Amino acid sequence: MTKRTVALLGGTAMWLVGAAANAQELNALVWCDHTDDALIKPFEEEFGVTVNVREYEGTGAALALLEQSRPGDWDVLVIDGIDVFRAVESGLLAPLPDDQLPTADFFPEIVMAENNTLDGVTYAVTEKFGYNTISYNSEKVDPADMQDLSTVWSDKYAERISIYDYYLPVMGLAAIAEGVATADIDAKSLDTIGPVLSQMRSSAASVAGVVAAQTALATGEVDIVVGGGEWLTAVLAEEQPELTWTIPDQGAVRWTQSIGVLADSEQPDLALEFVKYIVSPEGQARLATSACFWGMPANSAAGEILNDDQKSVLRWDDQTDYLARTQLYPAPDADLDVEMQDLWLDTLSQ
Amino acid sequence: MSAGTGTKLGWGFVAPALLWTLAFFIVPFLVMGAMSFATLEGRSLVWGFYLDNYIELATRAYLWRAILVSLEITLTVTVVSVVLAYPLAAIIAFRVPPQWQRLALLLAILPFWTSYVVRSYAWLLVLAREGLINQTLINIGLIAEPITLANTRFATVTGFVHFFVMLLTLTIYANLVQLSPNYRRAATDLGANAFQTFRHVILPLTLPGIATGAFLTFVLCIGDYVTPQVLGGNNELTMPQVIMVQLGRRADFPLASALAIVMMAIVMLAYLASARWLRLDRV
Repeated sequence: MTKRTVALLGGTAMWLVGAAANAQELNALVWCDHTDDALIKPFEEEFGVTVNVREYEGTGAALALLEQSRPGDWDVLVIDGIDVFRAVESGLLAPLPDDQLPTADFFPEIVMAENNTLDGVTYAVTEKFGYNTISYNSEKVDPADMQDLSTVWSDKYAERISIYDYYLPVMGLAAIAEGVATADIDAKSLDTIGPVLSQMRSSAASVAGVVAAQTALATGEVDIVVGGGEWLTAVLAEEQPELTWTIPDQGAVRWTQSIGVLADSEQPDLALEFVKYIVSPEGQARLATSACFWGMPANSAAGEILNDDQKSVLRWDDQTDYLARTQLYPAPDADLDVEMQDLWLDTLSQ
Repeated sequence: MSAGTGTKLGWGFVAPALLWTLAFFIVPFLVMGAMSFATLEGRSLVWGFYLDNYIELATRAYLWRAILVSLEITLTVTVVSVVLAYPLAAIIAFRVPPQWQRLALLLAILPFWTSYVVRSYAWLLVLAREGLINQTLINIGLIAEPITLANTRFATVTGFVHFFVMLLTLTIYANLVQLSPNYRRAATDLGANAFQTFRHVILPLTLPGIATGAFLTFVLCIGDYVTPQVLGGNNELTMPQVIMVQLGRRADFPLASALAIVMMAIVMLAYLASARWLRLDRV
């Protein structure tokens, strides 16, 4: 073998090793707001890695996907705040080091240790929150009417409302309208919630997912979205400032999403760095204004990075009031979940 | 070549198709069948022979309504699509010069080239209260106020028909162009007028094309989730929508599988009903 051949082989081997090192990839199972390049690229550039993100809808779908995957396929999971315990019970999440998470800077109500921690061990950290409340077109409806939930779905606005197609927040709103706290929803209180849902349904022109609800509001097909919020109208604020949202006098439902490292991750250190990036002020500002949907960052330090216009759209200065007047999503156990879903499907098919 | 060698060669040619069918139909179907008899205890999947899901199917009113709505929509779409596609296919086959027929077919299938989801949302914009149809009707003075077209069964059927007319045009056209012109000449010689020729000669001979297209329409329509979800505004629940709800949050694969088995049984019945005319080799 000539020296030239040896050098060529050696060079090729070094290139292959280098390429393998550069090809380090992080796989994250996420909601659509994490697919924005403006959020992901800075992390990829800083760590010289590729982040592969896959969107999912519904915790059940995510857990099923994880169960069907090989150990190590996924590194990071974004999950509904009320469902963290399901992932922990299934042994899917790894402990997170508390001392490396900036939760001291978080809005206190959003730390949610009772959701993200089990037996003193932290498995996830809240990264974003917002409200399922009432979105509306301020030029088409009387804003004062939007302060009373029962007026929103009264005959006055029949055929002018769309209902967000997710049973937990909408049933939460129905419960709040009847004075039932979302945390107190049980099988018996479904008797109270059922008639409210029926009234809502009879007034609604449609029951729509995120894109369909946005389209319906933006095109004037409906004037109100029950279950909407900043996540629905913020991306439309620039072009259609008349599309807005409010927290009614009775209150509204608060949604949160958490992020964690999967227990089977083969690169837990890199996954942890990603989590730390997402909850850092810079990552939080980018996540809050993601192209898919906007929402409040859990970390209040992001307020130093967001500009005034962005904070205005997010209603930054009203958060203290909003947090005090809203309640977390209903978090039913498995049996109650079945009953709630059956009631929801029954109502939809009316 | 001996008979044994010929047999082996035959199996060799057939084996890939058999393996494909085994891997991507038989095995998944068996898994789904087994899953439909499993159950959820809390949130944990328990394998076994439980009839819970089928009992739920029999006792839940909204599930029956979903089956009924799915069948009504599917049958409406199939009938309307056949009625619209047949004249279109006949015009292309008999009236368009042969050198232009390929272009005409290309234009007919153009809607296939766009994303299914985008096409559904496009229809939503057309049918909206401030959409093209309502604005046109208002401008020409036919109506004073917008009428509700979007988020209705009419919208769902319209979205489906737009898609399936193209599919049926292809299957019926393929059948029509195979017919020898001598059939029509013979009918005319025997004194049949144009309608009688169509009724007693052309239509019976094109039934395989109609049946094949209608069957494909039925199968694709009854299993579709996107169109009823986007255009129907969830005002009527269909079977695929109910299945999706079971999977989204609760991951209730056993009940979703039982629902899917029922849907397959309905498709099987549709196949048996149309099997007499189904001639896939003719299209």
